[in-house]
Amino acid sequence: MTIEEAGVVYKTTTEIRGPILFIENIKDVAYDEVVRITTPTGYEISGSVLDVSKDYAMVQVFGETSGMDLNVSVRFTGETLRIPVSDELIGRVFSGSLAPLDGLPRPLSTDQRDVNGGTINPAARDVPSEFIQTGLSAIDGMNSLVRGQKLPIFSESGLPHNQVAAQIARQATIPGKEEEFALVFAAMGIKNEEAEFFKEEFEKTGAISKSVMILNLADDPPIERIVTPRIAQTIAEYLAFDLDMHVLTIMTDMTNYAEALRSISIAREEIPTRKGYPGYLYSDLATIYERAGRIKGKKGSVTLMPILSMPGGDITHPVPDLTGYITEGQLILQRELALRGIYPPMNVLPSLSRLMKDGIGEKTTRKDHSDVSNQLYMAYAEGTRARGLVRIVGVVGLSERERTWLEFADQFEQKFVNQGVYENRTIEQTLDIAWDLLAMLPEEDLIRVREAYIKEFHPKYRRAG
Amino acid sequence: MSLKGSIDRINGSLVVAKFEAEPKIGDLVEIGSLRLMGEIVRLSEDKAYIQCYEATSSLKPGEPVLDSGKPLVAELGPGVMGTIVDGIERSESKLWELTGPFVSRGTNIVPLDRTKKWAFEPKVMVGGKVRGGDIIGVVQETESFQHRVLVPPELEGTITSIEKGDFTVEDVVGTVETRTGSIGLRMMQTWPVRRPRPVKERLPLMMPLMTGQRVIDTFFPVAKGGAACIPGGFGTGKTVMLQQVSKWADADIIILIGCGERGNEMADVVAHFPEISDPRSGRLLIERTIIVANVSNMPVSAREASIYMGITLGEYYRDMGYDVAVMADSTSRWAEALRDMSGRLEEIPAESGYPAYLADRIAEIYERAGRVVTLGSDQRIGSLTLLGAVSPPGGDFSEPVTTHTLRFVGTFWALDSELAFRRHFPAINWLRSFTRYMTVASKWWSKYERNWEQIRAKALELLEEAAEIEETARIIGEKAMPDEQRLILLLAELLREGFLVQSAFHEVDRYCEAEKQAALLKVIIDFYNLAEPIIRQGIPIEKIRELGIVSELMRLKERKGLQPIDAARIEMRKQISQLAETYEVKVR
Repeated sequence: MTIEEAGVVYKTTTEIRGPILFIENIKDVAYDEVVRITTPTGYEISGSVLDVSKDYAMVQVFGETSGMDLNVSVRFTGETLRIPVSDELIGRVFSGSLAPLDGLPRPLSTDQRDVNGGTINPAARDVPSEFIQTGLSAIDGMNSLVRGQKLPIFSESGLPHNQVAAQIARQATIPGKEEEFALVFAAMGIKNEEAEFFKEEFEKTGAISKSVMILNLADDPPIERIVTPRIAQTIAEYLAFDLDMHVLTIMTDMTNYAEALRSISIAREEIPTRKGYPGYLYSDLATIYERAGRIKGKKGSVTLMPILSMPGGDITHPVPDLTGYITEGQLILQRELALRGIYPPMNVLPSLSRLMKDGIGEKTTRKDHSDVSNQLYMAYAEGTRARGLVRIVGVVGLSERERTWLEFADQFEQKFVNQGVYENRTIEQTLDIAWDLLAMLPEEDLIRVREAYIKEFHPKYRRAG
Repeated sequence: MSLKGSIDRINGSLVVAKFEAEPKIGDLVEIGSLRLMGEIVRLSEDKAYIQCYEATSSLKPGEPVLDSGKPLVAELGPGVMGTIVDGIERSESKLWELTGPFVSRGTNIVPLDRTKKWAFEPKVMVGGKVRGGDIIGVVQETESFQHRVLVPPELEGTITSIEKGDFTVEDVVGTVETRTGSIGLRMMQTWPVRRPRPVKERLPLMMPLMTGQRVIDTFFPVAKGGAACIPGGFGTGKTVMLQQVSKWADADIIILIGCGERGNEMADVVAHFPEISDPRSGRLLIERTIIVANVSNMPVSAREASIYMGITLGEYYRDMGYDVAVMADSTSRWAEALRDMSGRLEEIPAESGYPAYLADRIAEIYERAGRVVTLGSDQRIGSLTLLGAVSPPGGDFSEPVTTHTLRFVGTFWALDSELAFRRHFPAINWLRSFTRYMTVASKWWSKYERNWEQIRAKALELLEEAAEIEETARIIGEKAMPDEQRLILLLAELLREGFLVQSAFHEVDRYCEAEKQAALLKVIIDFYNLAEPIIRQGIPIEKIRELGIVSELMRLKERKGLQPIDAARIEMRKQISQLAETYEVKVR
């Protein structure tokens, strides 16, 4: 920071409680204003105003308060948190609060954007409907992703969510189109090696020159995580809606973000709701997730893929639960499948893509796509139910029909869900595999598929024709 | 009239201000130099606590606050139908024109267009006596919706002038001589959103709201003027279901409140609604629909107001004598907004951090549903049906918003994630849902099918029995079960696949006429009545399952009209008789 920067300096801090400072005898301070805090030893850090009245302000510090004493200097900058945006951000690596980590100078621009962004007017939103082919059958066939969607990956520690996210980033294309794309990657409290994994992956494919990486790692100050996803989305919005690019934002791990929010809430002595999280967790997460989308009359788009770990594999934990209510679906990775050697270990049953219906069909994928996917869902659900039965009555106790379902479920996991880390399937390949599997079932059980499509796509008739 | 004050403190959406004199609770205020809108929610000594409808970033203590002296009102009159408004009735397309694709703060636009002229056609004559609620004239607001212009509730007197012609909503279209003097009549009136509009009399509920959705209409109907609660975890299809009901319900007016929901979902509604042709008029559905959209990343306080705004609009059309259906998605987000504000006001929380008055507020909202005789001299009947989605955290129905809501509604559609996983939509769990409107429904349905009540009861009984048999089958395997019980399992499957599952995207199946619903259910139950005796006489269940008619019964819902059902009935008798003949047993 340079000394000529404006703002009044106060040394009237009266209390430090966790990540929060209480400052008295202040004047003319605005809500949400950015403050710069300097310790007597010269360490500098930012924060923002959480609560302000005529003579005192409560400030959240985006970093470590340990080592601070009541003699810190607090400078109120008179501005809300803004970041410079320009196309020069592309290809760079920054810290969770946008300090350069790549040895290059700080980004400069006269175009400064508020990290909190604005709300896209619902009337101005365009409906996301462009099918993105990720090359993964479990996604393309069963939970298709579309441009402008927000589709999180719910995972657990030890599962290959990073590989899945990287594979999606690597393979995602709109069939038959070449367009400007960019990747924004925001890390919150993940391990250094995980960040390195993504960096390497992006380097391998050259995507690094198209990406902006914002890294708050496990050993970085937790409260900094409050701003990291907001910086990422501000950059994504700029690239999409000012520079007409198609942006994929990957955020990992949102659970760490929520924990940072919780620690501030607890320090503020707010009334906690579930598991100590504040009542506004839903609204707060929405202000990050809802910035994805498309705008009428603009070429670009922001597609968001947050990754979050479900503590203890519990999908009803507040973070996955509230996320699921905001995002347009969820992709769920499951340990049982991983143990059986299935990659991606995606349990398609509880997974969902709400925008799939707009992205698939005759014009974009194939007309039988929707019916086939519904039929696969039903058959796989029957198969997993039969699998539960086998544990009790054994295979001999199953009816002929149940045995077919069971066999189907096994094959579905092995042949459809399971694929290579570098295997990139087209949507036609995915649907063809699906039909090969459905052919195992008696035709009269394919009740979720229109009869005309059975006649057209069922291998039995195709061979004959 | 307006009081001046200044900001004392800002904490998120809560702004504390001091006024030169006492303001009133519920007053609308303008906050700071940005002139943000807010509402006074608490008074304490010399301080007024304000919930601000917009983001409060960069407000400073000391900035001015202006009290309008008036509560938050809905502007009622021609110009709202077919539009999309936010929680405080600002037209979102107008906001878009004015401020670009991102909502900017402090844009104060009035809800009703003051310049647009409407062709007003009088329905009263000079010298006629009128009172609150009487229709003074009509305006064709959209191609398929006729707006009835009403005398404001509290007014009474003699018409001294009335004019036909093109007027703006603020122009005087007539005058009425009251006891206190002459008053101009305009097409626009206002009403405080938090106060129910008065009616002459509340009536008993008489008929079901038909939605064309089989599981709803046949099994768990909601009465016109009744209320339903739709709880379900995420991904259980609440939103699609509400949208289906909005599309197909036989209500005159649809009001869709997107309360703290996804922006892309609202975009979907906005984009697709105008394309949907109205099954009633052949025109467009949007012409009789209002969308109140307050997405999840808009400030929570405006979210809180959006439900009241939607219901007040609904009551206004009810008062014209229309049947109105109001869908609120989701009331949990509204309750969370209440909780958020309560927390900032430092009130002592009750369950899960919600304020102690949560149940009262929920009751107030659902009590605004009803079938009524409206004000006015012509005994008009109107109704407001309220369908509220609830998003219980973790899909747990024992949480406060769900449990309190269940106390005040007549129908409960329990959405089930297990069903959703199998892509069984609508994912309404038939064992957990209920309706208290059966008497109303039975009477209505009897005109389509004399034995409707028995058939429906039989179907529910079989489904319930099947659930129990499945429990046992889970332990000993289906193969080891007696054939009578396996027939019940087969029948449950037929009911599930052939009746309960209904695709919102299938060109025929998405809407099922009442007659077809009754016929479809009857043919499935008849199948059971035919198969059951021959199973008892020893015909193996496998043989029944192999009958071609079984898969046809599952497909009947996709076929147009009643003819295929009749054909299936004949075919069914034939196949079962043939089977019985082979085994030399008697058919009933």
